[in-house]
Amino acid sequence: MIVLLPILPEILLLALGVLILILDPFLKKDEARRPFLGWFTAVGLLAALTVSLLLARPADDPAFAFGGMVRFDWLGFVFKMFFLFAAAVTALFFMDEEKLNRRAEAYLLLVAAALGMCLMASAADLVMLYLAIETTSIPLYILAGFLRQDDKSTEAGFKYLLFGALTSAVLLYGFSLIYGLTGKTGLYELGVYFNNFNLIAMGITFLVLAGLAFKVSLFPFHFWAPDVYEGAPTPVAGFLSTVSKAAGFAVLARLFAVVFVWVSDDWSLILAILATLTMTVGNLIALAQKNIKRLLAYSSIAHAGYALVGVVAFYGLGLPSVVFYLIAYVLTNLLAFGIVAVVGRVTGSDEFPAYYGLSRRSAGLGLAALVAFLSLSGMPPFAGFVAKVFVFVAAVESGWVWLAIVGVLNSIVGLYYYLNVLKYMYLYRMENQDEDQHPVPVSRPVAVALIVLVAGILLLGTLFGPWFGLATYAAAALF
Amino acid sequence: MSIPLSWYLILSAGLFGVGLYGVLARKNAIAILLSVELMLNAVNINLVAFWRYLDPAQMAGQAFAIIVFAVAAAEVAVGLALIISVYRRRKTVVADDIDLMKW
Repeated sequence: MIVLLPILPEILLLALGVLILILDPFLKKDEARRPFLGWFTAVGLLAALTVSLLLARPADDPAFAFGGMVRFDWLGFVFKMFFLFAAAVTALFFMDEEKLNRRAEAYLLLVAAALGMCLMASAADLVMLYLAIETTSIPLYILAGFLRQDDKSTEAGFKYLLFGALTSAVLLYGFSLIYGLTGKTGLYELGVYFNNFNLIAMGITFLVLAGLAFKVSLFPFHFWAPDVYEGAPTPVAGFLSTVSKAAGFAVLARLFAVVFVWVSDDWSLILAILATLTMTVGNLIALAQKNIKRLLAYSSIAHAGYALVGVVAFYGLGLPSVVFYLIAYVLTNLLAFGIVAVVGRVTGSDEFPAYYGLSRRSAGLGLAALVAFLSLSGMPPFAGFVAKVFVFVAAVESGWVWLAIVGVLNSIVGLYYYLNVLKYMYLYRMENQDEDQHPVPVSRPVAVALIVLVAGILLLGTLFGPWFGLATYAAAALF
Repeated sequence: MSIPLSWYLILSAGLFGVGLYGVLARKNAIAILLSVELMLNAVNINLVAFWRYLDPAQMAGQAFAIIVFAVAAAEVAVGLALIISVYRRRKTVVADDIDLMKW
């Protein structure tokens, strides 16, 4: 039993996936009861979360499990718990999407992707890491292209697959060279081979970084993101832009902390330049967007840049600030995409005019959007503000003052286009100024999800102490 | 052991290069997917050669190679399915023509 504890969340996810498949045929006949699947998935994920929290907390001393395949530590655990939570919220958003909510496969793929992400967060071996990344990616390819009758969705799945397959092959080539150079595959055994600079190690780092940069959409591997987010079903895009990115950062942090040790010192400049370019490119192109999903895609690229600032800072506050930033970002962006999903369903459009007068059409939704976009832009008292402060403070503490300045300047650019969206919602009116005639109803599952996310953002933004303590504790377990 | 390890590595690097060129230069989605397969095969040559020449008693390299082609098969299955679903809508598999969304 003790042996299974480290992967208890994954086992529960697998069981949940099988249960969804078993349940599906029983609900086939009765259309009215199909929404049950969504509730079942969400509650199942939360149950898995609770059980893992109660039974499968790691000890203070990290331990290896499964012959060194996974590392049972707090970093992995904290990320896993947030992935489960985010997957549960996404399942609730799925229930609102006409073409997803009657399909057991959609929920199954969601659970499978969450399983892969949990393994990504705790993988301690190259083989496991590769398997985990693919277990995450393959279900996500299918989910992105899930709406087979929709030109944009099929195109999104197609593009995501081609870019994903290419970068995972590059990543894997890097892994094979690491194995060749060291004869080992366990991440924690590799550090000694990479503790000083040489050309081969640098080449390998480039290959691995390219693969991971795709996952977290860093410049210059970001260009898939807008197309995929625009085309994919909105709840899927939300999941992709948040949890999948957080899982990528968990891997990135672990690799740079334990494998490419020399990188953390000598290579920081390259990462800093990458962070600068990612933030700037994301924010500047976001300014020109007319479609809210593309806007959020470029904004999520920019956010990957901010989070990377924390990776550059690395020591001291660096890694804890990344963990905290990711938690805050996951909550905020899920909320933003949830709102886009509701508006998209009611109005059938993701362009800005669909948002004119939203605050009059649904006050609650308008308020949620206010929280989401202010948090994205980094305004107190929301989670995004605290997260940005920590990341920039970490950068200054580690001597990256110019990077922090670039980050702050970028936040100001970001503020402009986030407030622009709020302007459409609050100040603009619909064409005939008859917002009363066009309410935006919010279904119960989505309302639950939105309220939970808003509460989470406020909680993280005001009582950030315990959460940052948790992030610090998790990051310390990395080494 | 007459053939040195470096020959395998050169072959694998060459195969990887050909695959990468194929992905970047070919227009047909099926050809792109095939080129990715070439890259994954390069990885497998690497893994198996390293395993044989470094420490044949350690099975990690071989196990890794087997896992890689199992995953590659899954990826291609999903890839072809997605390409077919695009083809049904657009009647084309040319990547350049599948451009509803840009910028």
